[in-house]
Amino acid sequence: MALTPERVEERLRAAFPGMSIKRQEGPAVRDHTVHVPAEKIVEVCTFLRDDPELQFVMLSWVGGVDLMPRTPRFEVVYSLLSIPNNLRFTLKVAPNDENPRVPTVCGVWPTANWHERETYDFYGIEFVGHPDLTRILLPDQWVGWPLRKDSPLGYQEVSFTHNTPNRIKPSPSLTRLKPKKVKYRAQ
Amino acid sequence: MTLNMGPQHPSTHGVLRIALELDGETVLRAKPIIGYLHTGMEKQAEYKTYTQSIPQTDRMDYLAPMLAAEKLLAIEAPLRVQAIRVMLVELTRISSHCVWLGTHALDIGAMTVFFYCFREREKVLSIYDQVSGQRMMSSYIRVGGLVMDIPDGLLDRCQKFVDEMPAHIDEYEKLLTKNPIWLARTQGVAPLTAAQAIAMGATGPTLRGSGVDWDLRKKQPYSGYDSYEFEVPRGTNGDAFDRYQVRIQEMRQSVRIAHQAIARVRSFGERGEYRLRDFKYVLPPKEEVKTSMEALIHHFKIVAHGFFPPVGEAYQAVEAPKGELGFYFVSDGTPRPWRMKVRSPSFINLQSLPTMVEGRMVADVITAIGSLDIVLGEIDR
Repeated sequence: MALTPERVEERLRAAFPGMSIKRQEGPAVRDHTVHVPAEKIVEVCTFLRDDPELQFVMLSWVGGVDLMPRTPRFEVVYSLLSIPNNLRFTLKVAPNDENPRVPTVCGVWPTANWHERETYDFYGIEFVGHPDLTRILLPDQWVGWPLRKDSPLGYQEVSFTHNTPNRIKPSPSLTRLKPKKVKYRAQ
Repeated sequence: MTLNMGPQHPSTHGVLRIALELDGETVLRAKPIIGYLHTGMEKQAEYKTYTQSIPQTDRMDYLAPMLAAEKLLAIEAPLRVQAIRVMLVELTRISSHCVWLGTHALDIGAMTVFFYCFREREKVLSIYDQVSGQRMMSSYIRVGGLVMDIPDGLLDRCQKFVDEMPAHIDEYEKLLTKNPIWLARTQGVAPLTAAQAIAMGATGPTLRGSGVDWDLRKKQPYSGYDSYEFEVPRGTNGDAFDRYQVRIQEMRQSVRIAHQAIARVRSFGERGEYRLRDFKYVLPPKEEVKTSMEALIHHFKIVAHGFFPPVGEAYQAVEAPKGELGFYFVSDGTPRPWRMKVRSPSFINLQSLPTMVEGRMVADVITAIGSLDIVLGEIDR
């Protein structure tokens, strides 16, 4: 019988009694998504990888989401893939807001290395125990976390804001990213 | 000795920099440094409607974002559209592999192959030109369908191309497969075992070259791929030569799929349905906009606001020429995605480069980069 995501969740609940496991509900949540506590992520991932029935041998990707007005604000999404069972399963953890920290899963899947660096780069979520947690896509001297919702899109204020009344103003610490004034001279 | 390969090195296919720690000619440590082409696509997508993001995602692949949005909306394109999409993406796969083969061979020193491969690539690009008016990055596939119907005579042109293509692939193979220099440069070079490939998250020909039977078109079919007959080629040793063989075989299989897809489009008719008739999400056809009030209103609503997907999230992946390309959307119910995450295959495949080259020669680094088939625009996003 083919493995179903419901069965994975059931196995997970049986293996970790007492841990809070919450299935994400919603009208259009198209993939089976389960919330687990951030501090347990390494154990959960090791279990999912090594369990002979589940065999989630591949980590497809890791990404962050910023759901700003909501608390907890951040989510880290892990998309797991079981090649033998041909099944995807999504895990989510929610680190706290002021000091977002999640244990790294580099020890479980080496591929997590760059994914976690990317998430750190975009959201400033710290992966505790990561071997080389540096910026990956942005320059090393960049200030701020660009994919956070309170980070501005670019240097310039948009001209028309009538259709985005709830738009969040860029935080003051980012003003020093303003472009230099360039004088144009006629040739 | 520490040596920087790139970012302007011609064999790095863009602006990839690799910090190599060398002992003589042996690579002790390799560290890819990326980000030179970062344009913040994921951030920009949050400020655009789903349709406005298409030209950006075109720089990566033609199909995946549409499918992810369709999954979010829980709609499915008509069968004729699916057949046209399959036909075009398989042609794209052939052209992508042609570029890969040409440049890879050029890096290793076989210059002739490049010209042969680009000859065929031009043909695919001019087919794209006829379809959409653009040679590359055509933005032709839209949510729920296509921009417009295929032009007259396109199917005959595609048919002619796929009829000729196997002979061209034979030509490439004649130049390379038994060429002793080619064999010496690729066989046993940059090996990746199946276990390593899985642990590093490699997908596409890189994973299949290591002998893992994993092709999303077979395993998690989309766009009706389950109804096409084709095989998934696999390698055994996971070296650069196996990856080459896998891609060559994949081109042959793509020709086979394209044959079936062309026949299927013909059976649906040269002209016909090219969009879903669900005008809450999909633009009504232009002819209707000019005659029907309701279609005009829908047209304005979609152009001015975009469509409103339900609150939720969806991840959809496709088997792109380079591996698993996936898009993850988080929607808050507005016409703009709250979050668009791209799982780009080159980004993840490149991560296995140090595993491949450490303890080997500098010249093998070039082969390894070439055999991974990376595109920096997709890595840096």
